[in-house]
Amino acid sequence: MIDSTTAIISVDSIKTAQSNSSSDWILHHVMDGNYLDFSPMGKLYLPHLQLFGLDISITKHVVFMWLGAILLFFVMTRIAKAYKTSIVPKGFTNFWEVFILFVRDEIARPTIGKGFEKFLPYLLTVFFFILFGNFLGLVPFSATFTSNISVTATMAIFTFLVFMFGGIRNNGLFGYFKGLIPHGVPIFLLPIMAVVEFLGLFTKPFALAIRLFANMTAGHIVIYALISLIFVMQSIGWAGLAVPLALFIYTLEILVALIQAYIFTMLSSLFIGMAVHQEH
Amino acid sequence: MLIINMIANILFAVIALVVSEGESAEGGLLSVNGGLAFWTTVTFILLVLLLTKFAWKPILSALKQREDAIKDSLEQAEKAKEEAKRILAENQNNLAKAEEESKKIIEQSRQFADNLKEQMLKESKEQAQKLIADATEEIERKKNAAFDELKNQIADISIKAAEKILKENLDAEKNKKLVDKYISDISKN
Repeated sequence: MIDSTTAIISVDSIKTAQSNSSSDWILHHVMDGNYLDFSPMGKLYLPHLQLFGLDISITKHVVFMWLGAILLFFVMTRIAKAYKTSIVPKGFTNFWEVFILFVRDEIARPTIGKGFEKFLPYLLTVFFFILFGNFLGLVPFSATFTSNISVTATMAIFTFLVFMFGGIRNNGLFGYFKGLIPHGVPIFLLPIMAVVEFLGLFTKPFALAIRLFANMTAGHIVIYALISLIFVMQSIGWAGLAVPLALFIYTLEILVALIQAYIFTMLSSLFIGMAVHQEH
Repeated sequence: MLIINMIANILFAVIALVVSEGESAEGGLLSVNGGLAFWTTVTFILLVLLLTKFAWKPILSALKQREDAIKDSLEQAEKAKEEAKRILAENQNNLAKAEEESKKIIEQSRQFADNLKEQMLKESKEQAQKLIADATEEIERKKNAAFDELKNQIADISIKAAEKILKENLDAEKNKKLVDKYISDISKN
């Protein structure tokens, strides 16, 4: 009873705090915006753009997505160049090779099996794009573009398209949809199974999108919530508890950044494998 | 307990905030922004194409090449090892053969030497025996000759001695007298 009442009070306090513009900073930090936040040094506002009535403004997350993409491109082309001079990896190349080999040998090869090479560029790009996005989000003053549902949903739709096209290309249009229903299903279950499996096609990317978004957002929200403890309690003494806990969550976030990139790629690969080789 | 309650309450509050924010006009955490989706699509497609062309293909082919090279060199090493083992076995075989050969040669030469020695010994023994036999014969012969001569001489000497005795006792006159006496004796009878 006491718990629920305090919860209501807390909700109210944060809602009222939200109304005065000084305290809705948690969501402002987590969410997208049309500025780069360097507070307390100030904000850098970004240009608005329109294309056929669609608002394609350059936002905070777009900027960091480009930053991540450019960084990724720079790193990977450098590695490619390093391999041109010698196929024996050194230092920097060696470090990234571990991840590339991991995606190839631990994710793509076992889950897709025969013909995994065709999907490898896509999976590698997904893995490193998310990895760079996740780690970019841990840099101070930056934003995590992988914690935006628009980005994760788009990525999930790409995975959806890849496994649908992969499945249809390998099994034929009719064969693919027929193969969705497992063998040996009793006749009276067939309509139910057909509906379930068809819906399953869409829940897969939906789960991908929500998982990445929720994991990347949750960590940040927890960190901000812990810091906000100091302000909610209006005592600097809480920093002694909040800062170490926030630091702990931050280190946990490093782990989560790696794990989520792995899980998104792993599940994408698994879905592709399931679509391409339906007999399993 | 108070602290845990406090943290839990703040988390509940944040969740409530997220949910309520989703309903506001500005767009909450769960609302999809078309512009960002557009930029994500563009960026991601470009990234996939560019990275495939400039990074993944060269990197993956280099990795494959390296793996093949490692596999090849391992296979070659294995082959070389086999070869070395074979050569070693062959050498050992040859060595054993050579040893056997040399043993045989030594054995043969020893036998030859033994034979030669025996033969020479036998020959020399034979020769010695022959020499001894010859010498014995010669000695025998000489002895016989010496005996013969001695016998002859003795005979001569004895004849001469007899002659001398006879000459002294039986010279002609005496003999005649003697003969006469005997005749007279006979006639008297």
